[in-house]
Amino acid sequence: MRVVAVDEVADLLGLTVDMTLADARARVPEVDSVPHDAAADARLLDAIAEGCDRFTPSVAVDPPNGLLLDITGCAHLWGGEAGLVSALAAHLIKAGLTLRLALGDTPDQARALARYGGDLLRAGRKIPPRNIHDARPAYAPPVDATEGAAPGLLDVTELPVHALGLGAAKTTALRRAGLVTLGDLAARPRAPIAARFGQAAVTRLARILGEEDARITPRRALPACGASCRFADPVARTDFIADALRDLAAQAAQQLAERHEGGRDFGLSLFRADGAVHRLRIETGQPSRDPARICRLFAERIETLADPLDPGFGYDMMRLDIFRTEPLAAAQAGFEEDQAPADALALLTDRLSVRLGAGRVRRFAAGDSHIPECAGFTVPVSSPVLPLTVHRTPEPGEPPLRPLHLLEPPQIVDVIAEVPDGPPRRFRWRRQTHDITAFEGPERISAEWWKRRDGAGLTRDYYRVEDSQGRRFWLFRHGLYGTEKTRPDWYLHGLFG
Amino acid sequence: MNIAESYPALAQLKGQIAALAPAAGTGQLGRVSFGLPALDARLDGGLARGAVHEVLPESAADTPSACAFALMMAARTAEAGGRILWITSEARIRREGVPYGPGLAELGVAPDQVLIATVPDELAALKAAGDTLRCPGLAAALIDMGPARRLDLTASRRLALASAQSGVTAFVLRDRSSVIASAAASRWQVAAAPSVPLPGQAPGPVTLALALVRHRGGVPPFNIVVEWTHDDRSFREPTLLRRISAPVERRQMVA
Repeated sequence: MRVVAVDEVADLLGLTVDMTLADARARVPEVDSVPHDAAADARLLDAIAEGCDRFTPSVAVDPPNGLLLDITGCAHLWGGEAGLVSALAAHLIKAGLTLRLALGDTPDQARALARYGGDLLRAGRKIPPRNIHDARPAYAPPVDATEGAAPGLLDVTELPVHALGLGAAKTTALRRAGLVTLGDLAARPRAPIAARFGQAAVTRLARILGEEDARITPRRALPACGASCRFADPVARTDFIADALRDLAAQAAQQLAERHEGGRDFGLSLFRADGAVHRLRIETGQPSRDPARICRLFAERIETLADPLDPGFGYDMMRLDIFRTEPLAAAQAGFEEDQAPADALALLTDRLSVRLGAGRVRRFAAGDSHIPECAGFTVPVSSPVLPLTVHRTPEPGEPPLRPLHLLEPPQIVDVIAEVPDGPPRRFRWRRQTHDITAFEGPERISAEWWKRRDGAGLTRDYYRVEDSQGRRFWLFRHGLYGTEKTRPDWYLHGLFG
Repeated sequence: MNIAESYPALAQLKGQIAALAPAAGTGQLGRVSFGLPALDARLDGGLARGAVHEVLPESAADTPSACAFALMMAARTAEAGGRILWITSEARIRREGVPYGPGLAELGVAPDQVLIATVPDELAALKAAGDTLRCPGLAAALIDMGPARRLDLTASRRLALASAQSGVTAFVLRDRSSVIASAAASRWQVAAAPSVPLPGQAPGPVTLALALVRHRGGVPPFNIVVEWTHDDRSFREPTLLRRISAPVERRQMVA
């Protein structure tokens, strides 16, 4: 068993990561050890990443214990990079975390500074950056800065070569070659390095030095647009939150109106003061940028939460994101207050979809198939209309040939027939016997053999039957007697009105 | 002498109540005819628009028939266009199966006209019904309340008021076991009836045995057996002799 992580005291006692537990116990007999739970660590990291969402929408997890935040265009909201760093540090330290922060021009640079800058500090300058309280964040100056690195800040070229993360063998080889820091490596021509240590070494070097930029993949999809607001004091009252949401919706509507677009998919993030984040999501059937409507749908969503919103000590930030937009021309509002009927219906379906769940409000769609369950089905009401296939119009004067309700899956029934391949005479379903007085069939529907590689599949013989009470059923025999099956089963597939 | 005349206070109160309650179920918004003159004549032209009508299956096995009747009437209500919202429950879908588009088309109801909302329980159904009946964008609503234990007089009154205000005609399907007082404009009991067979002993057109159980307008209860024809989306009297002249042969259908 090996040591995976040590706390501050253990570190001061000289225990290090990757030493065996027996070794650690021999040095410090009273050491307290806990089994490593990687899953719990991952969950914690995910929760922290969720909380960091308040600083930038673009957060990526760098397992096992790192986070990468893309703060492009976000720093000014916090009064510059320094302000953002101190706000982030304060936020995380409040949650009881020990951290190392670094800012870089590229994600790889920041990552290298955070992960290996500490070693450098400890080794070279004797400042143990155990905690943010006594450690300034490592900071790489912009490449084109002419005045040079600010005092106290790290230069990325001073990082050790194992910041490249090439593995033990190659790192040792680099050190043996006398290349100790990234600066040593950067001063040499790249081609021989690539030939000796692989293309990866050169690529990573370029990324860490900021010569090449590779963006992070955020853990959440980036919104098309959105609005956010922060509160001076955490708020817990729902009416304040509703007011703030109205403001946000109005701001977002403004943005959408400028783009001539309407949102289809809205997300509301409520950031609690203790780092927890509540997320609500609504979708609309048609593009919309009406703040009142957005607020109403969110109110509906909040009302239907199985687990009500717990504001705890209050929320200190809210953000409204619009994830999906569609073109929406400006509409001329009428003088009368009444909504157009189509609009009222869209609002109703949206409300029901939000309350019952997106897939619960549906419309009918026809499929291009003979198989009954594929010939007609339902799709969510917000899905696009594809009028490629239409329902068959009934023949004049004919009784209905298809049932009003389709049992999915078909239910097996006991059938008595005079001959095995003849029409049913009597069947038993749900402990009730039905005597068949009238029938029509068989309507033979074969399996879609042209879609199957083996060409197999059982033929169904459908019978429309009526029992002595006048109730009408749709039965089928699964498999042709004799040729496909020796004892075909009977199924009830639908109920007529 | 009328009581109201002898007690002016009573007459005044009655007037106040009449002013408060919109004339639900009185047919001021028009009526939905059955397309069967004999039936329409008894009901003064049909069922009132902008009102709630209850449909009860005679037994649990008649539920598909009751459902079909409610759908037929909803389709007649929405003859001029407009959507029909069908609120059904998970329990119903488990028991009776899912509503089937081609089956609706066979009944003469355009599937494109119908939206389906599936609710998890009765409270959600009642809430969805309230919202639905307040939406003027709909033509008719078909609300499957199942056992309907929560649909008491207050709840049904609320639905009736919403319906009168928006003009959406609602057909509420509820089990017979739970019937209590309600503010519905009419209450129908529906059962499947043996159809007049087609030549070759094939099941004939949809035949339903209807019974008017209650009517707010004071129409006395009656029973009638009707047939549905999808050609003109109307009811007609079942005719035993309609197809006697057709050649008698076994109807074969092979797809």
